[in-house]
Amino acid sequence: MQKLIVIGNGMAGMRAVEEILKRDANQFKITVFGAEPYGNYNRIMLSPVLSGEKTFEEIMINTPEWYAENDITLHVNAEVTEIDRENKIVKSANGIEESYDKLLIATGSEPFIIPVPGKDLDGVISFRDMNDIAAMEDAISKYENAVVIGGGLLGLEAAYGLQRRGMKATVIHLMDTLMERQLDPSAGALLKNELEGRGISVLTEANTKEIVGKDGRVTELHLADGRVIPADIVVMAVGIRPNVALAQASGLEVERGIVVNDQLLTSDEHIYSVGECVQHQGNVYGLVAPLYEMGKVLADHITGSDNAYQGSVTSTKLKVSGVDVFSAGDFSGGDDCEDVVLRDAARGIYKRVVLKDNKIQGAVLYGDTADGAWYFQMLKDEQDISDIRDLLIFGQAFASGGGASQDPIEAVAALPMDAEICGCNGVCKGDIVNAVNDKGLTTLDEVKAHTKASASCGTCAGLVENVLKATLGDAYSEVTVKPMCGCTEHTHDEVRAAIVEQELKTIPDVYQALEWKTPNGCSSCRPAMNYYLLCAWPGEYQDDTQSRFINERAHANIQKDGTYSVVPRMWGGLTNPKELRAIADAAEKFNVKTVKVTGGQRIDLFGIKKEDLPEIWADLNAAGMVSGHAYGKSLRTVKTCVGKEWCRFGTQMSMDLGVKLEKMAWGSYMPHKFKMAVSGCPRNCAEATIKDFGVICVDSGYQLSVAGNGGIHVRANDDLCLVKTEEEVLEYAGAYIQLYREEARYLERTAPWIERVGLEYVKSIVVDDEARRKELYARFTHSQSFWQDDPWAKAVNEEEAGAEFKPLAVMTAQAAE
Amino acid sequence: MSNWIEVGQVNDIPKLGARVVKSLRGDIAVFRTADDEIFAIVDECPHSGGPLSQGIVHGKAVACPLHNWNIDLETGDVLDPDHGCTRVIEVAITDGLIRIFVEAEATGTHG
Repeated sequence: MQKLIVIGNGMAGMRAVEEILKRDANQFKITVFGAEPYGNYNRIMLSPVLSGEKTFEEIMINTPEWYAENDITLHVNAEVTEIDRENKIVKSANGIEESYDKLLIATGSEPFIIPVPGKDLDGVISFRDMNDIAAMEDAISKYENAVVIGGGLLGLEAAYGLQRRGMKATVIHLMDTLMERQLDPSAGALLKNELEGRGISVLTEANTKEIVGKDGRVTELHLADGRVIPADIVVMAVGIRPNVALAQASGLEVERGIVVNDQLLTSDEHIYSVGECVQHQGNVYGLVAPLYEMGKVLADHITGSDNAYQGSVTSTKLKVSGVDVFSAGDFSGGDDCEDVVLRDAARGIYKRVVLKDNKIQGAVLYGDTADGAWYFQMLKDEQDISDIRDLLIFGQAFASGGGASQDPIEAVAALPMDAEICGCNGVCKGDIVNAVNDKGLTTLDEVKAHTKASASCGTCAGLVENVLKATLGDAYSEVTVKPMCGCTEHTHDEVRAAIVEQELKTIPDVYQALEWKTPNGCSSCRPAMNYYLLCAWPGEYQDDTQSRFINERAHANIQKDGTYSVVPRMWGGLTNPKELRAIADAAEKFNVKTVKVTGGQRIDLFGIKKEDLPEIWADLNAAGMVSGHAYGKSLRTVKTCVGKEWCRFGTQMSMDLGVKLEKMAWGSYMPHKFKMAVSGCPRNCAEATIKDFGVICVDSGYQLSVAGNGGIHVRANDDLCLVKTEEEVLEYAGAYIQLYREEARYLERTAPWIERVGLEYVKSIVVDDEARRKELYARFTHSQSFWQDDPWAKAVNEEEAGAEFKPLAVMTAQAAE
Repeated sequence: MSNWIEVGQVNDIPKLGARVVKSLRGDIAVFRTADDEIFAIVDECPHSGGPLSQGIVHGKAVACPLHNWNIDLETGDVLDPDHGCTRVIEVAITDGLIRIFVEAEATGTHG
């Protein structure tokens, strides 16, 4: 087997390796040297990590396990310092030496640091890798003012991320218009307005003269025109340049980048190079698509088949939520070029397509980028557009002859197989169609899992779904209502109805009656079934603890390190010295790592070992406290403000009412977590209008509202009605909860539930139909008579329930003898 | 010297559940399926180290409690669409008694 060494563990190198493995997994023994300490990650997704929209884990492309599975040796923290071309050996800074038959240099690029005074101060960084993100995270937590030098793609994403995380961000840009390499002045101006509207300061034609600091750390940035900008952190994002030092020192031919031919070979026939470090036919690239195209050609050549790299035409998008910018090709125009422009400043839409000889040379889209892929495909295909020219600017739907009503699925069906659908992961239509056909995929989630399409920034999810629909054709309509999971053809609603109508009372009964395909379900259907059964048959159904997630089984929250957190109930957010003392004692006794007040006005104790849970519960129980169900799909908390009792604006006794609501509803299991709040006046200090059920006290009574949440998609409550008395509040709340318990699908919170069934439907039952309201309330009260027992006390007192928390055995050193 | 260590009875583990065996090399998760088959694997999800013993057992697989990756209890392989594997530990059952095979250095010997 030949030895292949890859220098550089980034996107270009690893994509090339993936392509090689795809063609022939057994031709090379592969060794990778990476200067960073990680597996390889999606560098273009660092912006969403900074803005908090993604985690680092979510942008990992290949984990250490992937390297192991493919028998690839990965040296991390190992920067290569020497290539001995004569003996075909590479050496790293940390002393590793390996020999090669073929070598691939994928050292990428490094950020360009402008040589101004003060560039070496602490707090002056680039935006290139995880270390930079860490430095920014640090600044976010300590400082206020962020300055980003560079109003290009990367700079704007950095400014957006920092601003979104709470810093005051200023962008310093040398040119008179933002993203001038991708956008024309009109689109650049729209973008500037949008960013300024979001609170980011943008200074164009601003030339940095000096960075000034105090005690070694940056404090100010001085512009050539004399302006001084306060700066606690300065991010330089003015550009990148190919990282060629190693290649140069090794005597390879280097100009702006490492010079390669159409087969990606350098001036040494044993050494290839791909990515941002190379120069091909005079061009260097700084975007992801060309790297992927290079990877394919390299893999073909190195495994013995013919292919040639022809250079790449590129397109870009700005990854700033809610700002849609697309740009492709050359839009600089010229004498022989023609512009087709659509400008609608009021709607914030601008489109410009540059034509030459009836072919698209470039396109700039701002505000509506849905047709970006379509223009880009025609650009790459050099398609003659004369017959659709009159409608071209209105987009694919019009130009394809169907007018605005043209079916988007037909539009997708018309795309060629090599049309790119997901830019982040380089997935084309053919990849998705093949995966759907070969693996029998029927849902967007499955397509995402198998092809990675829309698994990164997600802007193409609609397009991916349309490809799925177009591929499945009639078969898709059969699966529009999703089955509960892979274990059955039945939907949540069907299973639920069957449980009630056929009086199914155990999980095996459900399997039997509905012909489950698996012997004991899966982690998706079992918790749902367990909930449906306990909701339908209170008092009768024997709860199946092995069908509950660990949080509910262990009555505590599992945390990322496998320890647990515990939250005792504090009715209405109230407590007293005795309870606080008990919590403090327990925190000390069990070495609690963090004590935190939750968003629902309770105290959370973190870092508890599973085997200590029964003991800490016993202590908290002894002080009169019960489980707060902070772990459950159940009533969590009722948040309150002080109300009339203390507040000069309060109109009703909001604390009392909060306690009453919590005492009524605690212990009830629900399709998902459920939170309530009571505010004593419309100033709404308890934030009752983003809760599943909210009460605002007013002079004339109680304003009830429902189905809000502060989750991923913040949703304010919908008004339900105004009632006069506390008794009515309890009745309406109980009836509403019971309707939700009986009709929502498992893991569906009240917000999506109401949006699915409609507020009017809920009102027609809970508000307008007194008889049904009272029935629902009665069923809720009946169910509560069985479920209001403290799971902590139960686990403490019952030997069998307690076994869960003890290890089965403890092996000591002597055990093996 | 024997490397087969007794850890408990089949009935000590709930059906479709798991218990933990603490060893010097880290926790081992011992699972019981609906058909009373017993499997043991290292109690660590290959994804981000989640304690597999705390997951939901279904068929001959367990769903990690942290991010719901599914792991085959027989082979230790992560099931599609994710990838990876965790180490399987040999198990022997005699008259309801569970023994697991532990490598010598895993428990340490006194020569």
